[in-house]
This record gives sequence, C-alpha cells and structure tokens, in this order.
Amino acid sequence: MPTPSDLLLLADGRLPAGGHAHSGGLEQAVELGDVRDVPTLRDFLRGLLRSSGQTSIAASAAAARAWLSQDDAALLELDAEESARMPSAQLRGASRAQGRQLMRAAEAIWPSPAPLRLLPALPHGPHLSLAQGVTAARLDLEPVDAARLAAYGVVSGPATAAVRLLGLDPFAVHGVVATVMGDAEPVIAAAAEHASSPAWLLPGGAAPLLEIGAELHRTREIRMFAS
Amino acid sequence: MHLIDGVPHHELPDPHEPHGHASRPLRIGIGGPVGSGKTALVGSLCRALSGELGLAVVTNDIYTTEDADHLRQIGVLEQRRIVAVETGCCPHTAIRDDISANLDAVERLEEELGDVQLSLIESGGDNLTAIFSRGLVDLQIFVLDTAGGDDVPRKGGPGVRDADLLVINKIDLAEYVGADTAMMERDAKARRGDKPVALTSIATGEAPPQVVAWVRERVHEWAHQHGLAHSH
Ligand SMILES: Nc1nc2c(ncn2[C@@H]2O[C@H](COP(=O)(O)OP(=O)(O)OP(=O)(O)O)[C@@H](O)[C@H]2O)c(=O)[nH]1
Ligand SMILES: [Mg+2]
Repeated sequence: MPTPSDLLLLADGRLPAGGHAHSGGLEQAVELGDVRDVPTLRDFLRGLLRSSGQTSIAASAAAARAWLSQDDAALLELDAEESARMPSAQLRGASRAQGRQLMRAAEAIWPSPAPLRLLPALPHGPHLSLAQGVTAARLDLEPVDAARLAAYGVVSGPATAAVRLLGLDPFAVHGVVATVMGDAEPVIAAAAEHASSPAWLLPGGAAPLLEIGAELHRTREIRMFAS
Repeated sequence: MHLIDGVPHHELPDPHEPHGHASRPLRIGIGGPVGSGKTALVGSLCRALSGELGLAVVTNDIYTTEDADHLRQIGVLEQRRIVAVETGCCPHTAIRDDISANLDAVERLEEELGDVQLSLIESGGDNLTAIFSRGLVDLQIFVLDTAGGDDVPRKGGPGVRDADLLVINKIDLAEYVGADTAMMERDAKARRGDKPVALTSIATGEAPPQVVAWVRERVHEWAHQHGLAHSH
C-alpha cells in the first residue's frame, strides 16, 4: 500500500534532489525579456505544459507503468525516446543530472522496500521524468501520481526560479502555480491513460525556443542556474 | 528481474551507506562570507599539498564558474581535478539543505580520478549562518576576513562557532581597515571552546603554514581511522 504522504515528499521543493539549481529554461527567458512579471510567467508555464512538459509528464506516467509491470526494456526505450525529443545536449544533460540526483535521494530516503540502483545501462543517469516515474511506482504510487509529480516539477521549478530572479511577489506566483496546475489536469489524465502505450508513441511536445535557449544559456557569462 | 538493479531485488544488500563510508577520501568544506579568501585558501592549499596528496576540488559559484576557472588558470592543480557546481541563487542550499549536486560531483570526481586522498569543496560566498551538511563533508573550515568587520567573530553563528577550523584571513589589511585582530581572535576563541583559530594572510598566494599542517594531520588521521594507504 502506498503511503499517501510519499507523493507530497517527492513533490516538495525541499526534497534534496538537486532541483533547486535548475530553472527549467526560465533564466534564459528572463534574460531575453520574455518573462518579466506575473502574467508573462503564467504564459511561460502554460507554454511549458503544452510543449516539452507534455513529453515529460507522459514519460513519467509511462515509466511508472513500466516499473509496475517489471518491463525493463520499456524503461530503456522510454529513455531513448525522451532523448530523441530533446535535441539540446544541455537539456539532456540537465535532465539526466536531475534524474541521477533524484534516484540517489530516493534510494537514501527509502532504502526499502526495493533497493533502487541507477540503471546500469544508463551510466549518466535516467532522464528526470523516468526517475520520477520509477521512484513513484517503487513507492506503490500510480502512473497518474507520477504524471502529477512530473507536472508539478515542470510548473513549480521555473516558478520558484522566477521568485529568485525577478523578486516577484511569492503569493502571486503561487497563485499562478495553482492556476496552471489546474490547467495541467487534462495533460495528467491523458498521460495516465496512455501510460501503457509503446514508447515510440510518447508525445513530442517540441519547444524549439527552449532548446535553443538552453544552448545559449550555457554560453552566458553570468548564470545563476545550472539550466 | 529488474534491470534497474542488475540483480534481483531480494539478493541485494541495503545499498544505503552511512555517510562516513570507509574507503573514500577525506572531504573538507571551505565556507565563509563573500570575498573572505576561500578560493585563495583552496589555491594555496593545492599548491602546498598537490605534491604529496591526490587532490580533488569542487567549487560552488553563485554565478558563472569563476572560482573553478581561477583555480585552473593559476595552474595549482590539473584541470581534470577541478569541477564547478552551479547553485541556482542559493549557495547555502547546495551545501546544507540539498547536497545532491555536490555529492554527485565529488563522488564522480573521486571515482574518475581514482587516487584522491583529499577533496576540498568550496562553498559560494554566503552569510554567517551557512554551514556544510555532515552528509557532504567530514570537516569544515570557515573563512572570515579582517576587512569584513572585526565584530564578526563576536556575532558568532554556526560557522564561527562550529567549524572545525576558523580562519581569520587578510590580517595584512587589518591596519588599513582599523580591525583589531587580537580582539577578533579573543572573541572567536570565546565562541569556540577548544577548537582552533588561525590568523592568516594569503596575499602572496603562499599557504598559511598552520592551516597546511592542520589539513595534513586531518588527512593522516582519516587514513589511519579508515585503514587507507598514506605516507608519513
Ligand atoms: N590583502 C589580502 N587579500 C587577500 C587575502 N586573501 C585573499 N585576498 C584577496 O581577496 C579577494 C577575494 O579572495 P577570494 O579568494 O576570491 O575570496 P572568496 O572567499 O573565494 O570569494 P567568493 O568565492 O567570491 O565568496 C581576492 O582579490 C584575493 O586576492 C589576504 O590574505 N590578504
Ligand atoms: Mg571563491
């Protein structure tokens, strides 16, 4: 039986899994002037949900399903399919770094029921959404929970970064997070519904500007966030 | 069977190691306020110790990779022994509340290099309340400087009070900024009990001998405690 609080622990921004150092593309969007205030932050978050976020939310649900069905081949396929939907090497690196760190945190926090090693076939770590799905499923959570966890990460990560970078009113920003998470419900439901689909059917929510932005971000002289 | 493990679950021992994991090198954290001389200290320690010890350095910059770049440029250590971790506006989070990126970096570096006996982790410059988690480092050095105000040791805080070694740096500047170093030392000792305090100047890039000696002793102690090979 899952402990209902486990999902809260996993979603908490204070979980020591490295998320605080990543802005999910927000820092670059701020540098370009695309995100300046609360309304533009809301637009940015909605855009994420409809593009790259869709892929990671679906991948998290599918990874949870694959873990629950003990289908390791599907996990590796999902990882490859997610890479294929992330042209920026910087984004792939950031995703794997966070995946690796989440696996480490989960292993240390919940040493039982089943020990969780990094996928030996993925020495650089699994993608973050894969790690989220697997971690959730290992705690007996459902694919829909894994999808919600990924969605919350997609939305709350950049929102926190916006508070730090722009000094936005934290109440207003949390209001936006609540609203956008409401918008995310259909995406979460669809991800759970299609969690058993073959990996190659993973939605390809393209966001070319995010991909290009991630590459440019890396070349900036001054940078607060790792991505 | 789950590939994620490589072996079936029930056959695996609990992989959760205690933090004082026996066979790894000693890890020392170097923290303290912005500009107090942390990078200067790391650089000087590398210069003094790289001939006798396998070293690894992880820097935590607030932005950019300036500290890592600086250490690479001054050439005190091979490039591959230095990595930078980015901390997303929050240097204290990365050494205290969420140490995962630093652990990831230091473990990978130690594994890649294979010969490390001492890992130094420099925190991004922060405030007086920032301390390293015991999950990340075994010992920590807190670096203050005379130019940051001679009342700082009296103000105390976890770094001043609990660090294994407190360094009061830039004593060469004390006379220009009107800092009373004797008072700083007295106040620091009052806060710290028996724990050591070192007054230093790293203006010339030369490592302060008492700090080098302290680090050297700690490395030997660690090697003895954990049965690691080392020289005397
Ligand atoms: N006069 C004098 N200058 C020093 C001394 N130690 C360091 N500095 C100088 O102080 C400045 C800051 O030193 P760093 O070593 O970069 O300080 P830091 O603590 O690493 O700084 P952050 O990482 O930015 O927090 C540099 O210009 C150093 O050369 C010292 O003992 N005396
Ligand atoms: Mg520095």
